[in-house]
Amino acid sequence: MREMAAAGGTEVAERTIALQVNGVERTIPAGWTLSDLLASLELDARTVVVERNGTILRDRSSFASVELATADSVEIVHFVGGG
Amino acid sequence: MAHADLLSSATLTDPQPFVIAGREFRSRLMVGTGKYASNAQMIEAIEASGAEVVTVAVRRVDLDRSKDEAILHHLDPDHFFLLANTAGCYSASEAIRYARLARAAGFNEWVKLEVIGDQQTLLPDTIGLLQATKALVDEGFKVLAYTNDDLVTALKLEEAGAVAVMPLASPIGSGLGMLNPFAIRTIKQRLSVPVIVDAGVGTASDACIVMEQGVDGILMNTGIAAAQDPIRMAAAMKAAVESGRHAYLAGRMPRREVAVPSSPTTGMLGS
Repeated sequence: MREMAAAGGTEVAERTIALQVNGVERTIPAGWTLSDLLASLELDARTVVVERNGTILRDRSSFASVELATADSVEIVHFVGGG
Repeated sequence: MAHADLLSSATLTDPQPFVIAGREFRSRLMVGTGKYASNAQMIEAIEASGAEVVTVAVRRVDLDRSKDEAILHHLDPDHFFLLANTAGCYSASEAIRYARLARAAGFNEWVKLEVIGDQQTLLPDTIGLLQATKALVDEGFKVLAYTNDDLVTALKLEEAGAVAVMPLASPIGSGLGMLNPFAIRTIKQRLSVPVIVDAGVGTASDACIVMEQGVDGILMNTGIAAAQDPIRMAAAMKAAVESGRHAYLAGRMPRREVAVPSSPTTGMLGS
């Protein structure tokens, strides 16, 4: 979406999909992989754990081949302070 | 026992190493990482506590980056043993989900299992806790179960395969100290797995009294983090845990309801 805005919105609109990321709806270009999503969020895959539609993706090397789909529910978690 | 060694050594030796599930830890004090004013203060307090095991929680990444919550930017996982908790989970299934997410972070298969049953007191739902313990043990987790001070629940958790049972001293974050020393002693006497008192320690004397019951260790967070000077309190807690442990090993004198003079009763001057 940023790319489209940068181009002044005059380009032919990319096809997009809507999905949930950490409980909030986001619109991303169709065809994006999990790696693309993490990169756009400036997240290092090594520091987070990702659950997609209730299934944990334990193999981080698979992120580049996991294509996101409409209505996916993605949870991105990490460790925070706690007792 | 070579007492000269005890006296010359900066730290008294403990005849029993602190071992959970076959792994030996360098400190009987475990600490949480929540509620600190800053990450720098947290690290300094943890260092002062001498703790090796530090607990962390699993939460959603803040995608708006309004605050720097990622604890691994500050805590070296090679220097500390990260123990993920399932704090905030109110059902067995939710706790199991959090435990699996924590394991997928790739550090270890240990979990401090909490299944909370009541929002006001944060007391555990022991039925859900037992269910989650069984399920996670089947999945290969090493479960340290946060529970109340009930012996029968503690026995069932051990039977279900928990590698340590963690009865509370008093409710989480209350700082009330140990409300039922009899119950804690009974649990310690009856269980084979380590008993680690978790929650309720408010100040150093609380920690000392807990360790004097003979338990294997203590986990605390608010008692340090909510002190006026958390770093100094962390050092005080370290000393208190060691002090209480040695007092337990030394064996206290019997309580008497009458005075017994410490000085000789003979050789007094004639009147």
